Amino acid sequence: MRVVIAEDSVLLREGLVRLLELAGERVLAAVGDADALLAAVAEDQPDIVVADVRMPPGFTDEGLRAAVAIRRAWPEVGVLVLSQYVEERYAAELLSRPAGRVGYLLKDRVAEVAELVEALRRVAAGGTVLDPEVVAQLLVRQHGDRMARLTAREAQVLSLMAEGRSNTGIATRLGISHSAVAKHVNSIFTKLDLALVDDDHRRVLAVLQYLRSS
Amino acid sequence: MTTRASRLPHSLTGRYAPWSGDSWRTTTHVLVGGVVGVATGSVVLTLIILTAVLSITVVFALGTLLALLVCVHGFAALQRSRFDAFLGVRIAAPALPPAETWSRRLVADTRSETTWRQLAYHLFALVVDGAGAALVALAWAGGFLLMVGPVTAWALGGAGVGLVAALGGAVAGMVLLFAAPWLARGVAAVDLVAARVLLGPNLRAELAQRVAVVERSRADLVAAADAERRRIERDLHDGMQQRLVALAMNLGFARAVGGDLPEPVRDAVTRSHHDAKQALTELRQIVRGLYPAVLDDRGLDAALSGLVASSPVPARLKVDLPRRPPVAIEAVAYFVVAESLANVAKHAFASQVDVEVRRAAGQLRVAVADNGCGGARPERGTGLRGLAQRVASVDGRLSVDSPDGGPTTILVELPCAS
Repeated sequence: MRVVIAEDSVLLREGLVRLLELAGERVLAAVGDADALLAAVAEDQPDIVVADVRMPPGFTDEGLRAAVAIRRAWPEVGVLVLSQYVEERYAAELLSRPAGRVGYLLKDRVAEVAELVEALRRVAAGGTVLDPEVVAQLLVRQHGDRMARLTAREAQVLSLMAEGRSNTGIATRLGISHSAVAKHVNSIFTKLDLALVDDDHRRVLAVLQYLRSS
Repeated sequence: MTTRASRLPHSLTGRYAPWSGDSWRTTTHVLVGGVVGVATGSVVLTLIILTAVLSITVVFALGTLLALLVCVHGFAALQRSRFDAFLGVRIAAPALPPAETWSRRLVADTRSETTWRQLAYHLFALVVDGAGAALVALAWAGGFLLMVGPVTAWALGGAGVGLVAALGGAVAGMVLLFAAPWLARGVAAVDLVAARVLLGPNLRAELAQRVAVVERSRADLVAAADAERRRIERDLHDGMQQRLVALAMNLGFARAVGGDLPEPVRDAVTRSHHDAKQALTELRQIVRGLYPAVLDDRGLDAALSGLVASSPVPARLKVDLPRRPPVAIEAVAYFVVAESLANVAKHAFASQVDVEVRRAAGQLRVAVADNGCGGARPERGTGLRGLAQRVASVDGRLSVDSPDGGPTTILVELPCAS
């Protein structure tokens, strides 16, 4: 994969470059602010961008806004946003276009090399990856009607779906059978009125319903 | 204030002694007051007229206005010292409104009720003190003349002054001389009452001003405390958290590639990796409670989900805020939820907690309800007391409903008009 990294902390930026290169990825550019990121994406057309949320000059949500802009201007470029804190609201803004190729993770996740690389590949392949923390934040909201119909187990399955896991991954995680997971997933689709939608996107759409109903 | 103003000094209320030192002092006070009152009053009146006339040419009017303000305050000090010197009455100088620059001072001074009261006194003194002094002077002089004049004329056998007329004049003069100190006392008393009302401090206005100053400095303190929390959050984010992430990343990498290391080394790396991740999680929790950046960025609604999601006790959140409340109120509401959730986790033994935030009738209402053991009292725990203080700092109200055995509801109402 051809990667562009945007991270203002030199320590982390260099660490990420080393990490991804050792994992066999090609880092095209590593920059320190949002403007440089947009310029690098325009020039290099990477497969995927890894961006921090808080960057100069304002140290608020520059990286997030750049990520949203990249998704709009170059839909074929995957975007993985990393942050010290994940916020459900930021996730909603990031996922406002339900096209996949997007991820939003706590920075802590870079500590698990394999998981980080796996998340990158899933995003680059067109998937959606949300941090479990985001999902936890979604679940505390008292949602109206539709979300309330889900059982506790279904909510759990939905949260694992939001993390970008496959049915097999969910089955392993929850220690239940593959067919039980499939049953829960179908039940979720029915309850969220997604029964008639094209299959692959239903997973993403189910997650989006969470985000939108908040 | 009324009781103090109506209390007159002994020299004006004591037993009447027409030839006492008090009488002379009072008379001197009134006569000096007449001269000073006419002089200062004339100057003030002239400046008022000049300012009014020149107000078409803004610049000159500004000059005369400045002169007028300086005179009003200077003369007021002079008049206060007159009361102190002759009557022994100290009238406290009123406090002037605080202002940094001279132009602001000019505006504040012009708008100050104190200035206008003092100005009123000068005009009062011009008329009343002037007339009063003239009357007293007339009484003294007339008394002497009546007592001495006709008798002398009669004794010298001058033009047709009879004994009766001479005696009558003498008696009338005597009466006038006895009456003159009374008259002086009366004028002085009226003068003093006016001076106390017009030259002294207006306690109610000063109290209001004082309260305004205190409120402003309290708001500054609250804002400063919030700014400090933001700064600490930012420092931790840019410093320690980045380092910890880098540390955890490197340890994670060492774990991934260090498969052929000796067993004890691998163990140590694994444990360190775990510890670093744990430290990151704990640090994030602490910083969440301080002042999250998203609170400034996206407001209370967005910031609360992160807080509530990290509650150790299963929590639900319901927010209904059509518009963002003022920043200081958002910060207090956030702190209320953070602190309440921490309290629930520590003391309540609850299995469920509900956080509800909504706007109602110009108030931001924050309710945190748990199904725990109850018995929470603000006077017992420091947590609730800190909460009450923070809420009071923005004139909010905190009520705790927590019977022994539970459940507990903490309700906070914060002023949120806009």
